[in-house]
Amino acid sequence: MWESVKEFASEFFVTGDPLIYGADVSIVLSIIAIVSVLTYFKKWGWLWREWLTTVDHKKIGIMYILASVLMLFRGGVDALLMRAQLAMPDMQFLSGDHYNQIFTTHGVIMILFMAMPLMFGLFNVIVPLQLGARDVAFPFLNALSFWLFFSGAMLFNLSFVIGGSPDAGWLAYPPYSELAFNPGPGQDFYIWGIQISGIGSLMTGINFIVTILKVRAPGMTLMKMPMFSWSVLSSCIAIVFAFPILTVTLALLFIDRYLGGHFFTLDGGGNPMMYINLIWMWGHPEVYIIVLPAFGIFSEIVATFSRKKLFGYKSMVFAMIIISVLSFLVWAHHFFTMGSGADVNAFFAVTTMLIAIPTGVKVFNWLFTMFRGKITFETPMLWTVGIIPNFVIGGMTGVLLSVAPADFQYHNSYFLVAHFHQVIIAGVVFGFFAGLYYWWPKIFGFKLNERIGRWAFWLWNIGFYLCFMPQYALGLMGMTRRLYSYGWDKGWFEMNLVSTIGAVIMGVAFLVQIWDIAHSLKNMKRDTTGDPWNARTLEWSIPSPAPFYNFAVMPQVTSQDDWHERKLRIEQGLEKPAKVELEPIHMPKNSGIPIVMSMFWFFVGFGLIFDWLWMAVPGFIGVLACMVVHSFNYDTDYYVTVEEIKRTEAEAGRVIT
Amino acid sequence: MKTSKTVRCMSFLFMFILLFLTTGCADNYIVLDPKGPIGEQQKDLVILSTLLTLIVIVPVLILTFVIVWRYRDREGRKAKYTPNWEHSTKLEIIWWGIPIIIITLIGIVTVQYTYSLEPSKPLESEKKPITIQVTNLDWKWLFQYPEQGIATVNYVQFPEDTPVRFEVTSDAPMNSFWIPQLGGQIYAMSGMSMTLYLQADEQGEYMGSGANFTGKEFARMFFTANATSQEDFDQWVNQVKNTSPGLTLDGYKELTKQGTSDVRYFSAFPEGLYEMTVTKYAASHNHGLSTRVQPPARVKE
Repeated sequence: MWESVKEFASEFFVTGDPLIYGADVSIVLSIIAIVSVLTYFKKWGWLWREWLTTVDHKKIGIMYILASVLMLFRGGVDALLMRAQLAMPDMQFLSGDHYNQIFTTHGVIMILFMAMPLMFGLFNVIVPLQLGARDVAFPFLNALSFWLFFSGAMLFNLSFVIGGSPDAGWLAYPPYSELAFNPGPGQDFYIWGIQISGIGSLMTGINFIVTILKVRAPGMTLMKMPMFSWSVLSSCIAIVFAFPILTVTLALLFIDRYLGGHFFTLDGGGNPMMYINLIWMWGHPEVYIIVLPAFGIFSEIVATFSRKKLFGYKSMVFAMIIISVLSFLVWAHHFFTMGSGADVNAFFAVTTMLIAIPTGVKVFNWLFTMFRGKITFETPMLWTVGIIPNFVIGGMTGVLLSVAPADFQYHNSYFLVAHFHQVIIAGVVFGFFAGLYYWWPKIFGFKLNERIGRWAFWLWNIGFYLCFMPQYALGLMGMTRRLYSYGWDKGWFEMNLVSTIGAVIMGVAFLVQIWDIAHSLKNMKRDTTGDPWNARTLEWSIPSPAPFYNFAVMPQVTSQDDWHERKLRIEQGLEKPAKVELEPIHMPKNSGIPIVMSMFWFFVGFGLIFDWLWMAVPGFIGVLACMVVHSFNYDTDYYVTVEEIKRTEAEAGRVIT
Repeated sequence: MKTSKTVRCMSFLFMFILLFLTTGCADNYIVLDPKGPIGEQQKDLVILSTLLTLIVIVPVLILTFVIVWRYRDREGRKAKYTPNWEHSTKLEIIWWGIPIIIITLIGIVTVQYTYSLEPSKPLESEKKPITIQVTNLDWKWLFQYPEQGIATVNYVQFPEDTPVRFEVTSDAPMNSFWIPQLGGQIYAMSGMSMTLYLQADEQGEYMGSGANFTGKEFARMFFTANATSQEDFDQWVNQVKNTSPGLTLDGYKELTKQGTSDVRYFSAFPEGLYEMTVTKYAASHNHGLSTRVQPPARVKE
């Protein structure tokens, strides 16, 4: 008995690596710490009522952001481990297997469990506030999206200590990801972690499209909508078309692995090239999905801190929609070297280059928003200004890569690695940072410390250039990606060392940001105005943080930048603060079903990974049961009384007569 | 505050220039130091496309700096402030126009080169091309010379100034066959025979590698591509023929097992081995490699 338990445990848990034992211990310790703190302060009920069952878009957004910061930490540690291994030739720090797992989890976590939730967090907190809405269109679905993402992410991260991590790269190309070459559970963790969170992403896409199209404040026509909401719309349209492809592709891969199918295997008529096409049909739109909202964020920030209207609003909208459509027509540029022939390569090279046009237009429009403005450099603006040269260089190398015959020399080299990190870190991540600094006071009710924020900005940027500029050079020196080791004879040592130094600086920059948050929390100065940046859009017209019903009275929108215009009118005495008639507000009720259902999904995933049907089948029944229970639950909403609205507004410092 | 920011900005730029001056050993940039016609054209294209994009990028970077500097908010500023200026058809036509023109130019060049540099297109030469069949294995490269009847592992030699017709396949996960100084890469895939023409104009040893991840010891898949004179090449072939053992079918199966390998030479290889590898999974259920030797199947180009 004891022997079989021991045998099971040695296969079930990942063993033999001090790094992982360290992780085991720290995971157990942090769980004990969290549980005991919650128990000691009797906070379990509070946690359940206020957070775990909430359908409030702002709280869901905060949970997304928290989760993504945690994942940024995990993915960042992965990155530092890789850079440590590559700092010198013939380094013995990580073995080949371990390195392969780390670059795989780094990629998956950074894109799917860091960039996506950070973006969804900002969608959630900001979009309804910008639109003058009380919540998203489907609050219950929204909570379910979050918890599905969360259980998918946890499932994926579990592979670090249980079963073993996937090691086939962030897109898991077959045949290497097939059973024949990759028999362990790692690849199944990959499939189910992404599948479960992917359903959540798809639902978020649908939710925000409906929200933007259907629940805008009266008077806000689409062409008066703030640019961030436009960017969310264009990104969500891409989500809705792209994510089903991912789900189907991974389902087929799962059928291959679990049921002995032959979609992508070498034998039995399978075709790995089909997978590569399918995964990039999702994968390429995916990168535009995450970068479009960043464009929206820049547009908001540039206008606010230049004290000027956004230049070329219509152009901007048009450009984003073009980008979101074109993003579906370029996927084959990821494998020009697969031998598709000159016709195919020429077509995809040209479509890829076309994307540079609307993207370039956006940059010009930001520049001319600043032109004849009054620019101040608070942290959100600092990030935005820093991003422009960064993104322009990243875009330029993107065009270089799209030159198909030249790509035969860049493909899978560090030139490519440098390019996509430049657009994703300097475009997406820095963009979301800018958004976080900008909306932080709206989300939490206080500003982050400017001085420490500046330090973080400079460290991130210096670290970034030091880390990735040498990688362009390494690409031209013929260094290919995913090498866990290289010899002294290659001449790659100096650039790799510089790159590692840059990575460490970025690591320090992350810590500085955490310190920034801690410091600002400790010396908190409450924002009582609700509009600390003197900004332009509706979210700044309500107190910070926003009351749970967002708007005590529905705003009437008459123009673009409605809040800015209203402030001007009040200043000029053209409009008096209106006397308001409060009415009871219709709100959704909290529900425990999303978190419970996602836990059941977790069991389904975990059961299928280890082929434990005794766990997967009940898990699936649980999922169905949750759906049934929710379908017959008619007690899903309530009205907030006028007294409670008055009380809440008064607490936020706004007297309503 | 303002000055300290400028100082930081400048020191940062300076650091960069320094960095590239000190560590940029020019002969390390092998992609920019090609030794064959394909690599040469690809280098030209790299440089041409870089210059074309710089036509837009440099002015944008300068413009960014100038605008940010000139329109920053400060006491006694003379620059104009127009808070409601938000549209100018003329300007917008300009910056939809400029990228369209540049992209059209790059597009035309790209399409032309895409056809002229199509990897399976034979190179123009007075000399007859030499064929080398390349098989990607876990984690080594097998080279077969059907005309010479020899085979090698992790080392490939060919005469200079002669087009080399590489036929590339895989008996392992997908890889990519790349000799940067001769020209771009091509995927090595099971069940496919890809054709890549390359040529070395100069004698020399060039680094070759696998560019697509294939598992644990993927990082050990470097090989040497050695371009020599025709005489040296013939001599080398003879030497391999006379001194090295032959590769048997069992020996090949041994090679396909996962593991790294040193350079190896074989004086012979089973007839039709490459074709069998390519058709291993073909629909005709040719289990040549798993059961017995069958007549070589025709390889589609």
